[in-house]
Amino acid sequence: MDVNAIVNFILNPLVSLSYFFQEDILLAFLPKEWFWLVGLIMNLAVVVVILVYLLGNTLYMTLAERKVIGRMQDRYGPNRVGPFGLIQPFADMIKMLIKEDVVPAQADYWVHLLAAALVPFPGLLAFAVIPFGKGMQGVDLNIGVLYIIALSGLTTIALLMAGWGSRNKYSLLGGFRTAAQMVSYEVPLVLAAMPAIMLSGSLALNTIVEDQAWGAHHPAWWFFSLIIRLASFVVFFISGVATAKRAPFDLPEADSEIVAGFFIEYSGLKFGMFFLAEYFGLMTIATLATTLFLGGWQGPFVDTIPVLSVFYFLFKVYALFFVFMWFRGTLPRFRVDQLMAFSWKRLLPAALGLIFVTGVGMAVLRAIGWA
Amino acid sequence: MTTLKTEQFILNIGPQHPSTHGVFRMMVTLDGETIVDVDLVLGYLHRGVEKLAEGRTYLQSLPLTDRMDYICSMSNNLAYCTAVEALAGITVPERAEYIRVIMAELTRVVNHIVCIGFYLNDLGAYFTPVLYCLREREKILDLFEAASGSRMTCNYIRFGGVAQDLPEGWLDQCRKLMAGFPAFIDELEELLSTNEIFLARGRGIGVLPPDMAVNAGVTGPNLRASGVAYDVRKAHPYSIYDRFDFAVPTLRGCDCYDRYMLRILEIRQSLRILEQALKYIPAGEIQSKVPKALRPPEGDVYHAIEGPKGEFGFYLVSDGSVSPYRWHVRSATFINLTVLPYLCRGHKIADLIAILGSLDNVMGEVDR
Repeated sequence: MDVNAIVNFILNPLVSLSYFFQEDILLAFLPKEWFWLVGLIMNLAVVVVILVYLLGNTLYMTLAERKVIGRMQDRYGPNRVGPFGLIQPFADMIKMLIKEDVVPAQADYWVHLLAAALVPFPGLLAFAVIPFGKGMQGVDLNIGVLYIIALSGLTTIALLMAGWGSRNKYSLLGGFRTAAQMVSYEVPLVLAAMPAIMLSGSLALNTIVEDQAWGAHHPAWWFFSLIIRLASFVVFFISGVATAKRAPFDLPEADSEIVAGFFIEYSGLKFGMFFLAEYFGLMTIATLATTLFLGGWQGPFVDTIPVLSVFYFLFKVYALFFVFMWFRGTLPRFRVDQLMAFSWKRLLPAALGLIFVTGVGMAVLRAIGWA
Repeated sequence: MTTLKTEQFILNIGPQHPSTHGVFRMMVTLDGETIVDVDLVLGYLHRGVEKLAEGRTYLQSLPLTDRMDYICSMSNNLAYCTAVEALAGITVPERAEYIRVIMAELTRVVNHIVCIGFYLNDLGAYFTPVLYCLREREKILDLFEAASGSRMTCNYIRFGGVAQDLPEGWLDQCRKLMAGFPAFIDELEELLSTNEIFLARGRGIGVLPPDMAVNAGVTGPNLRASGVAYDVRKAHPYSIYDRFDFAVPTLRGCDCYDRYMLRILEIRQSLRILEQALKYIPAGEIQSKVPKALRPPEGDVYHAIEGPKGEFGFYLVSDGSVSPYRWHVRSATFINLTVLPYLCRGHKIADLIAILGSLDNVMGEVDR
C-alpha cells in the first residue's frame, strides 16, 4: 500500500472504498462471464449505504429532537438509557417492534394495512438523487428535482388512505386536513424551487450544486443568484415545514385537538412506518433546500479534499434540522383556514414574484454580458 | 348550479382528551370542520361533595373544599371559611387576615399562569409555555408547602384564622419571589402577546357579548374581558380587601385573546396587592377561639369571594347542629361553561379547543 493510496483514501474515503470494492473484489474474483453483474451489485451497494445512513440518521434525529426541545423547555431530554440517552432510539425501536398490532374491528383492513406499508417508500426513494458529497450521489437523474416533487405527491395518497381506512372520525378529520394542507403547500414549494432551477438551467441536482460554486459564473451573476437563492430559500423552507407537517403547521397531527390525527389507530410497526415517513419527509426537505439554495456540498477546499464536501452538506442539513426543532419548541399552531390563507395569499404570490424577478434579472445580466 | 349535499356528523370530544382540562365530554355537531352545535355532558368527576358535607361537621368538610378546584385550594378554603364565619359570627385576627390575603393572591397568580400555560398547550405550542409557567408555579408551591405542609391540597385556612403561623423566613422568601415575578411575566408577554400566530388564533374567536355574559351569570376574568367591571373584592368586599389599593382591569374585546390579556393584567394587580400585604403584615394571633364542634346558630348565609375563576360562593343552611342542613357551592366554572355552545357556533374545531382553554375550567369545580 503506497502513500498515494492511503492519502487518496483519507481524502475521499467513500469513493475510494467503492472503487476498491469494484476493482479489487468484484472484478478480481468474479469469473469473466459474470462481469455484467458488477453494475447491479455496485448499485445495490450504493442503495445499502444510503439506506443505512438514512435509518441511522432517523433514529438519532428522534433523540436529538427530544433533547433539543427538552432543553428549550428548561429540562433535559432523555438521559437515562445510555450516556446522554444515546441508546434511547434503540429502546424506542424495540418497543415499537414488540407492540401488539391492533386494527379496529370495523376498519377497512386492506386500506389500513396498505397505507402503513406504502407511506415510507416515497420518502426513501427521494434520496436516490440527492448529492451527499462531491461525486457521491445515487444516480444523477437529469430530472432530479421533478422526480422528488412527484414522490411527495405519492405520500399524500398514502396519508389519505390512512385517514380513511381507520374508520375513526378523528383520523378522518386528520386525513382531510392532511390532504388540504399538502395540496396547498406543494404549489409554493415547487414554485420556490423554480428560481434555483432557472439560474442553473437544469433539473439535475448535481449540476445545480456545481453551478453554485464561486468560479462557475461572473461574480455579478453569483451575487444576484445568492440573493435570489436566499429569498426563495425562505419561501421554500416555510412551504417545506408545512409539507412535512411540522409545527407550526402540524395540524394533521394536532395532538391537543385530534390526538394524533390520521395515525390515531395505528400501533406497533405500522406506527413506526408513519414515524419514519415523517422523518424522511423532513430529511427530504432539508437536503433539497440545502442542495438547491445553500450550495449543497460546496465549501472551502472541496476540490482538494473531497471528503469535506460530505461534512459541509451534513452541517447545513443539520443546521436546518435545528431550525425545524426550534420552530416546534416555540410556536403555537395555525388553524386550518388560516393555514390555507397563508399558503394561497402569501406564499404563492411571493414565489411567483421571485420567479418574475429571477427571469428579469437573468435576461438583464445576459444582455450585459455578465453571465 | 346545484350545491353539494353534505351531511353533518357528531364528533365526540370525549372524556379522555388531552385538552378538555379534566374529564369533560362534548358532543359536537360538525359540518366539515365548522361547528353547528355543542352539547355538554358534565358530571364525570362528580363526587357528591355536597351530600358528603351533610354528614360531616363543618370542620370535617374543609378538606373537601381543597379538592374541588384543585389548582386553587387556598382560595376554596377561604371561600368556605368566610361563609362559615359569616354564618356563625366569628371574627378573625389581623395577622390571619393578612396571611389569608397573601395566600389568596398567590393562588390567583398560580391559577392564572397555569391557565395561560395550558391555553397555549391547547393552541399547539408543544408544552414549552406550560413548562415555563410550571417552573414559576413550583416556586410558589414551595411556599405553600412550607406554610401548610402540602403543595396543592393545602387545607390551611381555618374558621377564625389560619391553621398555623408562617415559618421563619417565609415572608422574606415570598418577598424575594415577588420581586422577581414581574420579570417572568414580562418574558411571557414578550414571547406571546405579539406573536402573530397567537393573535390570529385568539382575536375574534369566542366573542362573549357583555349582556349575554351578565345574563348567563359568567363571572371572573371571562366577564371582565367582556367589559363588565364586576369584581367581588370591590363590589362586596370581604376580608380586608378594602384596605388594599388595586385596580380591576377590564378589556373590551370579549374574545379569547382578551381573556388571556386580562389574566396577565390581573397577575400584575395581584402582585401589587401582595407587595402591600407583605409590607404591612402585623405580628399577632393567627386564629381566634372557635369551638371544635362548631354549632352555628340556625339560619342561612350565602357568601362569595372573588376566586381566580370567578365568583366562588357557598350557600350554607344551618339547623343548629354540628352538620350543615344544606351545603351548596356556587361553582364559577360550572356557570361559565354554560355559554360554551353559544361561543362556539360557527367556529372550527380548533377554535373550540382554544375557547375552552380560554374559559379556564377545572372539572373538579364544575362537577364537585
